[in-house]
This record gives sequence, C-alpha cells and structure tokens, in this order.
Amino acid sequence: MTDIADAYSKIVQKRFLFIFLFLVLSSLLSFVNLIIGPIKLSPFEILQSLISPREDTTSIVVWEYRLPWTLMAVLVGGALGLAGLQMQTILNNPLASPYTLGISSGAGFGAALAYVLGIYVIAVPSEFIVPINAFVFSFLTCMLILTIGKIRGFTSETLILGGIAISFMFQSLLALLQYYASEEALQAIVFWLFGSLTKASLLKAQIVAVVLIAVTILLLFRSWKITALRLGEEKAKSLGVDVESLRVEILLYVSILTSVAICFVGVIGFVGLVAPHIARILLGEDQRFLIVGSILCGGLILSAGAVASKTIVPGAIFPIGIITSMLGIPFFLFLVLKGRREIW
Amino acid sequence: MVVVELKEVKFGYNSSDEILKGISFRANPGEITAIVGPNGAGKSTLLKIIAKILKPKSGIVLFDGKNLSKEETTKIVSYLPQENSIPGILTVFEAVLLGRLPHLSWRVKKEDLKIVRNTITELRLEKYAERYTSQLSGGEKQMVLIAQALVREPKVLLLDEPVSNLDMRNQLEILELIKKFTKERKISTIVVLHDLNLAAKYADKIVIISNGKVRACGDAKSVLRPEVLAEVYEVEVNISSSDGNIHVLPLRPLSRSFCSEVC
Ligand SMILES: Nc1ncnc2c1ncn2[C@@H]1O[C@H](COP(=O)(O)OP(=O)(O)OP(=O)(O)O)[C@@H](O)[C@H]1O
Ligand SMILES: [Mg+2]
Repeated sequence: MTDIADAYSKIVQKRFLFIFLFLVLSSLLSFVNLIIGPIKLSPFEILQSLISPREDTTSIVVWEYRLPWTLMAVLVGGALGLAGLQMQTILNNPLASPYTLGISSGAGFGAALAYVLGIYVIAVPSEFIVPINAFVFSFLTCMLILTIGKIRGFTSETLILGGIAISFMFQSLLALLQYYASEEALQAIVFWLFGSLTKASLLKAQIVAVVLIAVTILLLFRSWKITALRLGEEKAKSLGVDVESLRVEILLYVSILTSVAICFVGVIGFVGLVAPHIARILLGEDQRFLIVGSILCGGLILSAGAVASKTIVPGAIFPIGIITSMLGIPFFLFLVLKGRREIW
Repeated sequence: MVVVELKEVKFGYNSSDEILKGISFRANPGEITAIVGPNGAGKSTLLKIIAKILKPKSGIVLFDGKNLSKEETTKIVSYLPQENSIPGILTVFEAVLLGRLPHLSWRVKKEDLKIVRNTITELRLEKYAERYTSQLSGGEKQMVLIAQALVREPKVLLLDEPVSNLDMRNQLEILELIKKFTKERKISTIVVLHDLNLAAKYADKIVIISNGKVRACGDAKSVLRPEVLAEVYEVEVNISSSDGNIHVLPLRPLSRSFCSEVC
C-alpha cells in the first residue's frame, strides 16, 4: 500500500507543476502579445530592444506601447483573478466576482464624474484624473460596505445585499450623469465602461504590480486560515480562526486590489469570476496554490483577450471587456453544466 | 496537563433570558468528563464558552488556574462542534491536515505530515485519504472531523456529540480511542453524550445539566439514579449493573404532572 503522506506530497508536486505550466504559458502568451501589433516587428527585434533599448522607433514602440499593454494585461488579469477568488471566499459564494459588491459601479461613477463635470478629487497630471476619480469612488464603495458590515455583522448575506443597494445607487447616479453628458463625454464614459488596455503605461503597470505583489504576500501568509474559512464559519472558529477580523482584512485587500486594477483599464468583466474556478479545478482548494493559480489564470485569460482584441478586427483595437465577456459566458455555462459537484 | 475549571459560569444569548445559570465543575487531566442533559439544556453552549467562542455573562473558565486569552486557548484546546457539516472541497488528508492550523506554515513540515498520517491510520480512514469529503458517508465525515480534532495534539479536548452518527462498532472504537488518548497524553477531555450507557461506560465523571444548572456531578454510580433521571429527562428508567458497568434502560416518558409530584 502506498503511504498516504507520500501520496499527498505527490499531489502537492503536481500542483507545483501546474503553477509552473501556468507560468510558461503566461510567458509565451505575453511574448505573442509583444509581437502582435500594427507595426510588424520580428521576435528578434523585440528581444533586442527589450534587452538594450535604443533611440529608434522599434524601441519606442516596444517600450511605450507593446510592453505596457502586455504587462497591464497580465497584471490586471492577475489582480482581478485574485480579487475574485477572495470575494468568493469571504462571501462563500461561487458566483461572486470582484464586482459583486458594487465596486465597478462606484468606479464607473467616479470616472464619469471626471469626464462629464471635469470634477476631480485631487489635483494630478491629466492622465491620472480619471483613474484617481475611479479609484476614490470604488474605494468609497468598499468603505460603505465595510460600514454596513460593522453595523449588521459581516455575514455574506449582509455584504451582498448591501453591495446590491450601493451598486444600484451608483448605477442610477451614473445614468443621471450620462443623461446630462455631452456627446463626447458620453462616448468616453461608454468606452471606459467597456474596459480597455489602450491607456496602459509603464508607470501604471508598476503601480498595479506593487499593489498586486503586496496583497499576494499578505494573503499567502494567511493562506491556511483562508482555507479553513472555506470549511464554514463555525468550523473555522473552532480551529481558532478569528473569522470576522479575517473577513474584514480580506475585504480591505480585495477592495484596494480591485480599485487599483480597474481604475486604469475600466470594467473588464468575467476574468475575476472565471479565473478562480479554473484554478480551483486544477489546483484544489488549498489556498497556498489557489492564490497563485488564480492570479496566473486571470493573467492568462486577459492576455489571451488582449491578443484577440488586436487580431479580431484588423487594424483596430476591439474593447477587451467585450471579448472577455463573450469568451467568459460560454465557458461559464460549461462550468455550471459540466463542473464537478464537489468543487463548490 | 491542564486542569479545566468552571466557576459560576452564566450565559444567555440575549440579555433577557439565561440559559446557563451558574455552572461550576472541574475536568481533570487523564479523565473523560461527560456532559449529559436534555435537548436545549445548554450543553453545546457550555462547550463554546469553554472554547472561548462565546463569552460568559459572568463567571470564569480557568485553565490550570489561569484565565487565558482566546489565542492562548486555541493553542491548547481542540473543539469539535456538534454541527459537523464539512463541505466537500478538500480531500480527507487535507481536511485532517487543517486541524494542525496553528502549526502550519507555508511549507508543511514532515512532522505535521507524520501526525496526520498516523491519526488517519489509527482511525482506519487511510483508504479515503485522497477522496473528497463530499464523497463520504455521514459517519465517515464524522470520523474525519474527529481526526481533525485529534491531530492538534490538544491539552484539552472538547467533543460535542462525537459519536452521534456512528454505528455501534465505531461508537465503541472512537470512544476507546478517545479514552486511550486521554489517559496516555493526560488530556482533559470533556465530551457531550446523549447515550447514558456510553457515558457510564467511558466517562470518569458525569455532569448532568438541567435548567441551566448542574443537577448532579460525580461517577456513574452516584449520578445515574432513577429519581435524578426522572426529574431531568421526565422518563422512567430501570438501572441495573453487571460486570462493573451501569446500564440505563428507559421504560416510558412520565407525564409532566407526575414528574412534579415525584420531584
Ligand atoms: N445562537 C443562538 N441564539 C439564541 N438562542 C440559542 C442559540 N443557540 C442556542 N440557543 C438556545 O439555547 C439553548 C441551549 O442550546 P444548546 O445548543 O446549548 O443546547 P444543547 O444542550 O446542546 O441541546 P442539544 O442536546 O439539542 O444539542 C436552546 O434553548 C437553544 O434554543
Ligand atoms: Mg448541543
């Protein structure tokens, strides 16, 4: 008979292998993302300008456009995947996504406020007016939800119902703004709500990277406790987890992560919902692997979406949010109809 | 070795009613203390208070004479709740491994794996080790949860109806195992049981809780008496003893009026 502890170690090794495969795939897809574009560049040229940037057009195209775009796809996808995973955990709901609690509506309203009224919260370079506004309002949404949780208790029902209420509030405010908006502002709002990587920059990618890495490390330190939380509130408590403070902590991390991710690129749907489920199927519920897996999976999906958005309509960039939703829906239906029961 | 001592513990879920009206008893290391009493008597509530999941209104729970914080308590106490659902998202091995939560770091230590393996083997769960817990029967799930409680290597073990879903053989086997653990490792074990015969057989001390108070406390012989059980459970019982064991045979429920006359 095989030793059960060895069998477990084998499973763990298999999970490391999956993570490694995810990493390889992500790198490959990212490279494809660097190659594809309106200006034809060979892989060799791209590698050369990545290693030793010069003052020529190739380097400018790579460093100003291709690289930020590619990095943003991986990082924002990863952030949304991780945020979705943790939202599903704390709400104990497989349908939860980073946007379940109305963060996207808050961000959308903030962005619209900047486009329509030119109102901005803090004086910043013009490139950052819309993102900062979106960030402030999405973060405000989270604080509202935290307040509701403080008053009524951090049960998933309270949080979801509170999220729905806040989400409707910002949606109607957004509709009001759209009603009064000029034609150009309206177009800008709609475009923002679709989600797009076109405004990517290296600085923005760096900001997302810093936040993503910080949140990932903080969550990894708590990975066993989060896994225990998945056994149910009672059980987690009996194992010695302070359930309420863990929920608040995770909610805070998720809020910051989602706000930072969507403030630069707009509302990109379905990545945060689907990525954790794919990771869960391949890696199980052990959060040590699931956290990393959801990030890589989210990055993969959005990178694939980014490649598709450059190739579907030749010479134009198709909004990536539409693509991820269109790819996401059939996949999601497949999961619902075919998925293993014990996954959730 | 940790002595658990309850002193005048009072508790109510809301301010108006009082479910526990001053409970005092002591559980010694190396002994099984059984808590029995009718449904709704407050047995589960009491265990949650000892595990520091609920805070008593007044009174105190002492471990070796000390009033420990919640964190210090979870280090030495292992608590198996009565609500024993376990979602099917983990394999049996992983679920049991989670019992070692306070010791787990990012890299699982060899020692943790060894303890988990030994406990699973001891509970004869090894053929299920790689299965998802959703693919187990109710009794098998219960065994997994007991394994989860045991791998923590607690000084104090709190079990809320640990054998309620198990067949005869498993009931005896689990209680034997708990008894062995308790004696060998000098654990203070407090276990809620509904089966008075099992309590009589395995417990060193029985605490009967009724109407929020300790109605009787002591060894099986002194506690399991017909008049006490008639008052607490409103049931007429026949009590006999053979080969040193006490047997409780319930005969018929008593009408409430009869009960108040007798008691
Ligand atoms: N969360 C709660 N809020 C309010 N009342 C509660 C709560 N939990 C339990 N109670 C009440 O407290 C009393 C004691 O409950 P407890 O679960 O401790 O009983 P028990 O002795 O374990 O019963 P059983 O043998 O049925 O498990 C019951 O009357 C129950 O209705
Ligand atoms: Mg109970």
